[in-house]
Amino acid sequence: MSEILTDQVGPEKQFYDFLSDGKIKIQRNKNTGEFFFHPRVAFPGTGERELEWVEISGKGIVHSSSCNRRLPEKGGDFNLSIIKLEEGPCMMSSVVGIEPDQVSIGTQVNARIDNSGEKPRVVFDVVKG
Amino acid sequence: MNQINNLRGKTAVVGLAEAGCGVTPGWTAMELMATAVHDALDDAGINLSQVDGLFAATAFHSMAAMSLSEYLGIRPKFADGSNIGGSSFLAHVITAAIALETGLINTAVIAYGSNQRSAGGFKTISEPMPYESDYNPRMPVSAYALAAQRYLHEYGAKKEDLAQVAVSARDWALLNPRAYMHDRGALTINDVMSARPIVDPLGKLDCCLVTDGAAAIVMTRSEKAKDCKSTPIYLLGAAMEHHHRMISEMPDLTRTSAYESGQRAFEMSGYKPSDMDTIQLYDAFTINPILFLEDLGFCKKGEGKDLIKNIGPSGNLPVNTSGGGLSCVHPGMYGLFVTLEALRQLRNSAGDDVGKRKEGGWLKNPKLSLAHGNGGVLSSQVTNIWGLEDTL
Repeated sequence: MSEILTDQVGPEKQFYDFLSDGKIKIQRNKNTGEFFFHPRVAFPGTGERELEWVEISGKGIVHSSSCNRRLPEKGGDFNLSIIKLEEGPCMMSSVVGIEPDQVSIGTQVNARIDNSGEKPRVVFDVVKG
Repeated sequence: MNQINNLRGKTAVVGLAEAGCGVTPGWTAMELMATAVHDALDDAGINLSQVDGLFAATAFHSMAAMSLSEYLGIRPKFADGSNIGGSSFLAHVITAAIALETGLINTAVIAYGSNQRSAGGFKTISEPMPYESDYNPRMPVSAYALAAQRYLHEYGAKKEDLAQVAVSARDWALLNPRAYMHDRGALTINDVMSARPIVDPLGKLDCCLVTDGAAAIVMTRSEKAKDCKSTPIYLLGAAMEHHHRMISEMPDLTRTSAYESGQRAFEMSGYKPSDMDTIQLYDAFTINPILFLEDLGFCKKGEGKDLIKNIGPSGNLPVNTSGGGLSCVHPGMYGLFVTLEALRQLRNSAGDDVGKRKEGGWLKNPKLSLAHGNGGVLSSQVTNIWGLEDTL
């Protein structure tokens, strides 16, 4: 049993608060060092509670990617990808700065925070060269 | 494991029905679902008052089992409205079998209903997924597209291979007067590939239909099943497994929990994939049957793209013989229709009148059928294996 701490917020709010502060952090298991995403109150599958937030390198590889077709008046086509982070976990995101249907699986990408919407989110740019 | 194996052959489906498949303006989801229930009970020759177990899930009712029991005017001793997506009903089969076998109930009804097409289009009660919703995915198609892209990449499959699944489904629908696309003619690979793109690599014809429709089945213990009006179809094996809810949490985009559900269902049944005379798979999108054939053990990983060349009426592996979710019916949660087709092929084989089909639409003397349900985004996987009496 552990008490809900009233001096801090839950992991989801913490994740977005870090983004608002300009930092992309994900959690890892303090004992094993294993990273996971999305944020949780305990390590998935084992329930270990000793977790810590770590800023990610930002490096990742496109694990899968698809172009979502959308009418121009509704914003046009956009990219949806699953990115495998250097730290191990996958996350859903969008690869930007490139035609949405030109993102290949295996492409090296770099994370950055996109503040253009209602709340900050992580998007990825293709690594040049 | 012994306890689980005790379910083998202990229960049977003795009645089935569908209602309002296609377009039914002026009818509610509940009215269609209740109609299917009454028709299924008529098929079984069982009175409504005997129903003491009720199982239901829809995208229209937050507490479907309660709403349905009130509508029917019955007082179930056990009810289960668990919703794990389109596979819910195949999971209800497991719960119903346990409740029947333990004596909690004597007669189970499993039901589903939807009027989504008449009510304005695709209906879901799914909440937006945390973290993923920041990227505006169009769920569920965006998730299936990501799995399909990965499959094409890993196994060298092509969009043509996906298209073949839709072509075969249509070929089956042409033999089934009940199928929504029965009168719409055959599809070519090119038709499917040149259809309006939705989320690459999936185009409009890679996606299931959006129809109305309801279905129901009646289950009872095997010793009682023999006294019913229709030929009993026995539950020989059943198992489920799920892991993720969000596609970004799927451990391997090309391998589903059907691998585990299938293995355990076959183990319970005492049969193996090659023993199945017909295979009904939840085909929400064209990638699904490819993954499920592989995961259920009909071929090795990566070979599904070749195996699906044989799944049409002219092939030797009869898959989705009604026309499937792609060309027969798909009211949103298609699982119970997967089950219906698995049961109907066996009922017809036993000589019951379960409707007319064109030459080849009914298989020749099938005795064993597999029904596989999928829910969420390749998430919940449930496998049921059904057989005629002499397979017990």
